[in-house]
Amino acid sequence: MTELSKDLLGLKGYYLVDAWAQSGHCADYRTASPASKMEHMVHSSLIPAFPENCHGTVIKTHRDHNRPSIKSLSHISSLDPPLHSGKSKEAEIKRINKELANIRSKFKGDKALDGYSKKKYVCKLLFIFLLGHDIDFGHMEAVNLLSSNKYTEKQIIQVLMPFIICDEQEMLSKQNNVDSGSLFQEGYLFISVLVNSNSELIRLINNAIKNDLSSRNPTFMCLALHCIANVGSREMAEAFASEIPRILVAGDTMDSVKQSAALCLLRLYKTSPDLVLMGEWTSRVVHLLNDQHMGVVTAAISLITCLSQKNPDEFKTCVSLAVSRLSRPGQEASCSSGSPPKLTGFADIELKIVSSASTDLQDYTYYFVPAPWLSCKLLRLLQCYPPPEDGAVKGRLVECLETILNKAQEPPKSKKVQHSNAKNAILFEAISLIIHYDSEPNLLVRACNQLGQFLQHRETNLRYLALESMCTLASSEFSHEAVKTHIETVINALKTERDVSVRQRAADLLYAMCDRSNAKQIVAEMLSYLETADYSIREEMVLKVAILAEKYAVDYSWYVDTILNLIRIAGDYVSEEVWYRVIQIVINRDDVQGYAAKTVFEALQAPACHENMVKVGGYILGEFGNLIAGDPRSSPLVQFNLLHSKFHLCSVPTRALLLSAYIKFINLFPETKATIQEVLRCDSQIRNSDVELQQRAVEYLKLSSIASTDVLATVLEEMPPFPERESSILAKLKKKKGPGAVSVTELEDNKREGGELNGGSDRGPDTAAMAASNASTPSPSADLLGIRSAAPIGAAPTSAGSLLVDVFSEAGPAAPSAAVNDDGFLSSAPPSEDPAAPLPEADELLNKFVCKNNGVLFENQLLQIGIKSEYRQNLGRMYLFYGNKTSVQFASFTTTSDSSRQEGPAVPLLHTAWMEQPLTEGAAQSCQSVL
Amino acid sequence: MILLQQLIELFLPQMQFMLLFSRQGKLRLQKWYVPLSDKERKKISRDLVQTILARKPKMCSFLEWRDLKIVYKRYASLYFCCAVEDQDNELITLEIIHRYVELLDKYFGSVCELDIIFNFEKAYFILDEFLLGGEAQETSKKNVLKAIEQADLLQEVRAVFFIGR
Repeated sequence: MTELSKDLLGLKGYYLVDAWAQSGHCADYRTASPASKMEHMVHSSLIPAFPENCHGTVIKTHRDHNRPSIKSLSHISSLDPPLHSGKSKEAEIKRINKELANIRSKFKGDKALDGYSKKKYVCKLLFIFLLGHDIDFGHMEAVNLLSSNKYTEKQIIQVLMPFIICDEQEMLSKQNNVDSGSLFQEGYLFISVLVNSNSELIRLINNAIKNDLSSRNPTFMCLALHCIANVGSREMAEAFASEIPRILVAGDTMDSVKQSAALCLLRLYKTSPDLVLMGEWTSRVVHLLNDQHMGVVTAAISLITCLSQKNPDEFKTCVSLAVSRLSRPGQEASCSSGSPPKLTGFADIELKIVSSASTDLQDYTYYFVPAPWLSCKLLRLLQCYPPPEDGAVKGRLVECLETILNKAQEPPKSKKVQHSNAKNAILFEAISLIIHYDSEPNLLVRACNQLGQFLQHRETNLRYLALESMCTLASSEFSHEAVKTHIETVINALKTERDVSVRQRAADLLYAMCDRSNAKQIVAEMLSYLETADYSIREEMVLKVAILAEKYAVDYSWYVDTILNLIRIAGDYVSEEVWYRVIQIVINRDDVQGYAAKTVFEALQAPACHENMVKVGGYILGEFGNLIAGDPRSSPLVQFNLLHSKFHLCSVPTRALLLSAYIKFINLFPETKATIQEVLRCDSQIRNSDVELQQRAVEYLKLSSIASTDVLATVLEEMPPFPERESSILAKLKKKKGPGAVSVTELEDNKREGGELNGGSDRGPDTAAMAASNASTPSPSADLLGIRSAAPIGAAPTSAGSLLVDVFSEAGPAAPSAAVNDDGFLSSAPPSEDPAAPLPEADELLNKFVCKNNGVLFENQLLQIGIKSEYRQNLGRMYLFYGNKTSVQFASFTTTSDSSRQEGPAVPLLHTAWMEQPLTEGAAQSCQSVL
Repeated sequence: MILLQQLIELFLPQMQFMLLFSRQGKLRLQKWYVPLSDKERKKISRDLVQTILARKPKMCSFLEWRDLKIVYKRYASLYFCCAVEDQDNELITLEIIHRYVELLDKYFGSVCELDIIFNFEKAYFILDEFLLGGEAQETSKKNVLKAIEQADLLQEVRAVFFIGR
């Protein structure tokens, strides 16, 4: 070992200097002598004060001869000058290449290397590999070492193996273009060896491991098992999955080997569950819980926990065993009389756990806490199962949990943080179990009180964990009230905690404990916290505030206030969903519309307001500006000027929205028409370089000048209520936090499960635009149903119209391409796609023919009329489809074509042809074509 | 990171990986309990080292990072950092780190960063004796050291043999 250290010294020393050169201490690096630098590093021990209560034999340390003498590193100072000036990378590569060349020549040389030299050079290679350089040779030598019967040479391969681990996908993709040379370039030492299972090398490796496994030497066996676990590949599983369970349960296996075997098996099970078949071994594995050796139990529990997650039924018996293992000796003694005899022996061990008398147990006592890892794993195992049905077992378990809670109240046996950590680790695991069972109100409340104490603990870690655990407690009906009593502490934590991750937990907890009674307080606190919150958590905070405000809104004016405040405070972090949602709610609630208009008007008066505020303002004033127009301070013109004063600071989408708001103003307040037309007419609008803005300006201008008030009123009608669905914000938060994270918000259950809501309300302006263009664009289909349009109708404009139509079908929301079918348009269109679509009036159905040449023209319970039209220059052909939706025949069904009501040049109906079918039969269709 | 998530669901280990790095951000030891490509490992360790080094001393030892929970502790110039699953017990993981440091300390005798640099393979052996596949294998300090001692004994014999020759 010593020699090896020295051999490696050249490289390692280099490594060290590299670290120094890259550290921030360049200045004192140059001034300080190399020796003093080494001194500094050598003597900065990891544990300043060695813990007093450490048991076990003191190993004669290798310190003195292992530690490199400072002298031996003195050559560092003579290394290339570039190193000092920070160009260490090239120097490092140079040095490494030299070393690699040396090793290569040694391996290739005529002289056969002895085991030690082989080990030395493989070790060097490994070191270079660890430094992040590619190794393209030496694998065969490494494998030879493995098959050596000398321990020291085997051992080094153990270190190598983990670096071979590679995810299988990558291996498979490599398999196709594998040629032994190129793969090594990737730096995966041995990977091709492992890919190709026919390879000589994999056989050698497996053979070596097999030999070691059957060697009966526990050290060799452990080493082989570690190797299998560290590699953990499918090939390993194939070779050894059947062997290891046998070793695990064999009576004569040493304890240390059993431990390794259990965890090795666990690793293989995780890699290839199909290859590890427990079947016959199941009960014997479960009974490892009874093993005398604590280490074996500790290792076996991990395996059992994993296996019982996959097949809970087969491992059911482990519950009572685990409970016994956990429970105190008093109960154990009284219960064990009825238990199988083997349990009695193990009750003795339990006795030892608590009394800590036995020296054997002392090894597993960690800072006065008996077997913390074992206890945590047992509690974790129990969390795989529902509460035990057997009353006695359950009683014992509850008593156990109570003991753990009691112990938390006892004064600490040591002031060391390790003691309290180990003790609290068990406590937190027990609380997890209590929360998992969620059936013992008494325990839940006690857990909550305990966590409440931790909330003010001076350890940041404990405060963090207490906040985290309480979050889950808050969702239980039994402890929700108890959690709520800590609200002040949590709010305080939110304000004063210095660590952002703790503040984040506090915010999460506030969110979880919120209900109708404290919503106003919590939302107010969160809002005030938002002003100073870290940027990283603002967006999530905003979403949470928005959700709470909506969920627990008693009066909607409070809700509107909150959201507007939210936009004011953290506008940048208010996502689209949040302001869509406030608009949805305002539109759906008549009682809040006036208030919303008033508030938003006031908010907009601030000299600098966020663009999102302008969006909300534009939308709401456009819809409900009339509700506050009576007040001279918010007369229509004032409203308009206020909105328009923000116009130039906004981005294109907001400007587009504002333009839609303007056209709505024209409808709401005819007196503003002149002003707005002036604005629309100015070059910056009507010739805007942005297509969308220009188009809106042109169309709105035209619409306002040519459409009659009736048409305007129809087109710019108030938005219909949005269909109720799951809050889009909630969906967003869910997406952000991943499933399960929002599970505390169970109250949303009553909301309908909705699909991903892609912002219904943003379609609002577009709908208006659509409707507007319907009126402004001449369309023959509109005339047929007698909508008065001032525009001249002719063959030529028709084609122009259809040109526009194309533009629209891109800009506007893509209307569902519903062909004429018996289902009808209304039902076939997904409601979330276009909120304007489910309008009952036939007029509205017409709107979509601006964009399309075919679709359903009219529909009621009896009849469905579809239209299909095509145009070529001045000719148009139109098919009308009549669908009988009833199951009976229509007795007398006639159609009349009337072009007399059109204004402007009449379109002569050149030809009317009936494709007469026995159409009027039930559920039949007929077709009429008009030329 | 989708890949990492899938792997985690597939493998469900307690501990995903363990990293040791210096205050300067140099990786001193890395142990991966989930199979990841080299590129991903490098990216993860780079990101994580940066994140942790940026944290202030009094901050809490746990942080949420991607879908994992990171438990870290600083000992002198070395950071010990474990990645566990979200629902895992953070405190016991913290003590796993401490126990490992104790083992190193006992073995090397007041361990320091140089010990781990120069005897990295020993550090790996000790870790393997203590944790296997991301689960605690043997939590008794005495037993772990006994195993290492036995291994060393075999090795000393070899070394003496070579020196003698």
